[in-house]
Amino acid sequence: MSETVIQNHEPNYLEYKGKYKGIFAWIFSTDHKRIGLLYLYSMLVFFSVAAILGLLMKLELIAPGKTIMGAQTYNSFFTLHGITMIFLIVVPGLPAVFGNFFLPIMIGAKDVAFPKLNLVSWWIYIIGAFIALSAQFMGDGAPDTGWTFYAPYSFKTGTNMLPAVLGAFILGFSSIVTGINFIVTMHRMRAPGMNWMKMPLFPWALYGTSWIQVLATPIVGVTLLMVVLERTLQIGFFDPALGGDPILYQHLFWIYSHPAVYIMILPAMGVISEIIPTFARKTIFGYTAIVVSTLAIAFVGYFVWGHHMFTSGMSGVALYTFSILTFLVAIPSAIKIFNWVATLHKASIDLQTPFLWALCFLFVFMIGGLSGMVLGALSANVHLHDTAFVVAHFHYIVFGGTGYAFFGALHYWYPKMFGRMYDKSWANIGLAMFFTGFNTLYLPMFYLGMTGMPRRYYDYVDKFHGPNIISSLGAILMIVGLIVIITNLVRSARYGAPAVKDPWKGKTLEWTVASPPSLENFDEIPTVTDHPYKYE
Amino acid sequence: MNNHAHIDEHRDDEGAKTGMWIFIFTELLLFGGLFIVYSVYRYLNPMAFHLAAEELDVVVGTVNTVILLVSSMTIAMAITSIQLKNKKLTLILMGVTILLAIIFMVNKYFEWTGKISHGIFPGSEILHQSSQGEILFFGLYYAMTGLHALHIVIGVGFIAYVMWLVKTDDVKHDDYVILENSALYWHLVDLIWIFLFPLFYLIT
Repeated sequence: MSETVIQNHEPNYLEYKGKYKGIFAWIFSTDHKRIGLLYLYSMLVFFSVAAILGLLMKLELIAPGKTIMGAQTYNSFFTLHGITMIFLIVVPGLPAVFGNFFLPIMIGAKDVAFPKLNLVSWWIYIIGAFIALSAQFMGDGAPDTGWTFYAPYSFKTGTNMLPAVLGAFILGFSSIVTGINFIVTMHRMRAPGMNWMKMPLFPWALYGTSWIQVLATPIVGVTLLMVVLERTLQIGFFDPALGGDPILYQHLFWIYSHPAVYIMILPAMGVISEIIPTFARKTIFGYTAIVVSTLAIAFVGYFVWGHHMFTSGMSGVALYTFSILTFLVAIPSAIKIFNWVATLHKASIDLQTPFLWALCFLFVFMIGGLSGMVLGALSANVHLHDTAFVVAHFHYIVFGGTGYAFFGALHYWYPKMFGRMYDKSWANIGLAMFFTGFNTLYLPMFYLGMTGMPRRYYDYVDKFHGPNIISSLGAILMIVGLIVIITNLVRSARYGAPAVKDPWKGKTLEWTVASPPSLENFDEIPTVTDHPYKYE
Repeated sequence: MNNHAHIDEHRDDEGAKTGMWIFIFTELLLFGGLFIVYSVYRYLNPMAFHLAAEELDVVVGTVNTVILLVSSMTIAMAITSIQLKNKKLTLILMGVTILLAIIFMVNKYFEWTGKISHGIFPGSEILHQSSQGEILFFGLYYAMTGLHALHIVIGVGFIAYVMWLVKTDDVKHDDYVILENSALYWHLVDLIWIFLFPLFYLIT
């Protein structure tokens, strides 16, 4: 047919001229690769804003007393920081950017199952983002509940909660639509010969993630709707004065939002499972174990929500049960870590930037995971609940896990996405600054939490001053590292050396197509015969 | 369906149906959250829920149940008639489905306005003087039937859109998966009502 006419000059997806021009060629494109980049660019903007808010919060905490902002401003800053980072960046992040871009290529398909729906999903994402962020600029003041919108405060506070809650609801839709799209794509569009056990691990991770998105997001959706109705109509779902129960809100919220933690971390683990075999030049150790543990995490993740509520007043039996289940979910995570480490054993390792990101991921993720065990233990939790320890823990998991994997993925797939190489030395310098800053920022928080500093306070007593100074300086160093990393990447997209097809000697399908890929990825759909990580 | 961004249009009816089924799961879970809230509060306030449910009109509820069941049948018949290449009958059957949906909404309107005129609506003086269980019952009643009604409105829009596609021959006897998907969605709306009906009207 017509697709075979101009074989030699098949334009790549960046140069392809569709029926729209300029920016419309992007925001109306149904090409999964362009949609992936749309997400990437929009997230970069939101991430920068939220990171700056984080920095401002750390500057406020650099000394006791009011430093640069008052209590109410601080409250709205940590709320906006949380909403943006969670709902706009880490939950959709890896699936929306790298899933969209690489899932079809890695399973040997020309696009996702529903390309138009895919574009709609981005539009929903942008609309939801603007509604959520509009809460900051209109009405009676910025939301100040934190990203969890805990009842009863979320419907009692006079601030402008409605747009924030509705925005989060709409973003959930985007998440569900992407999840459905990915599941159907993987079921229906794998290349001939690629049975489930020959599918690469990043698609596997996306598969588990998509099911969580599809099954868990509606619950938080309806919970947020209930908050909306509560605020507008005083129905009494969560209002004790009307017979409702605020604890029920927490149950419903965490039934979703704990699995959502695994929406954030599973794709990250998938990315690491791609990077490690490529730079170790070895078949990944325990492919099947990694697949099974992915599904196990997705499954067990539903049963641990109660550990957010150890101090909210649950029965003793419920407390023990949730504590045990929480420990259980660590097992599949540990299986993955051991598999990665076993893959590295006696490997001839190529120390490229993406691999360094993966190593840093292992380091911070283990600190995050082990501190999670501390919080999962009942007695320790009662002491540490709502302290800076919790903040440190989830930043090690969420930022340290998803964030490092995101940047690792960006450095790993960058040549494929943009057809150019970035400057390796600057990338490594940026990573070193970021990694040092990150640990300087969050490690002292463990200590602060253990000695009793609560989270979400804009002020503190003098005895917490020392660690807070260190932490705030770490934040500055980390931001500088981020600027170096992003500048290097942005600059290299234009001036970098052209990339070859397979700069890292990877074995999965995306390394068999041109860099950047052509509009339809493959001239001819490949037939898969081997396992995805076939090194000698 | 006529935006040809790609050189060869990818078509996968089974994939499209799989996608719709997964979406239906998410809808069930969405209502599932409300069903959990309902069951918790019913467990905590058995007497109040019992008394409050007696205030609802079983006749209206039953009529609406029948209407929805029939409309589910007509949309299913529309699929058969498009397979038999009978375009006109397909359009009539889909039209009947929409008509029944509108009748359902009219009934709902009278039911709601009747309740509201008696001062029974969320946040009202009269309701806030009654027991907490009754407040919760009517709060859930408005929230759940309201959310269901919203789904009816969306369903009407969806079916009307597919009617347009049938009219312009974008949906034909050999390519009608979107009609099937609209019917699946409509069955879901019906199914949810079948759960709502006994919970609010019958268990007294």
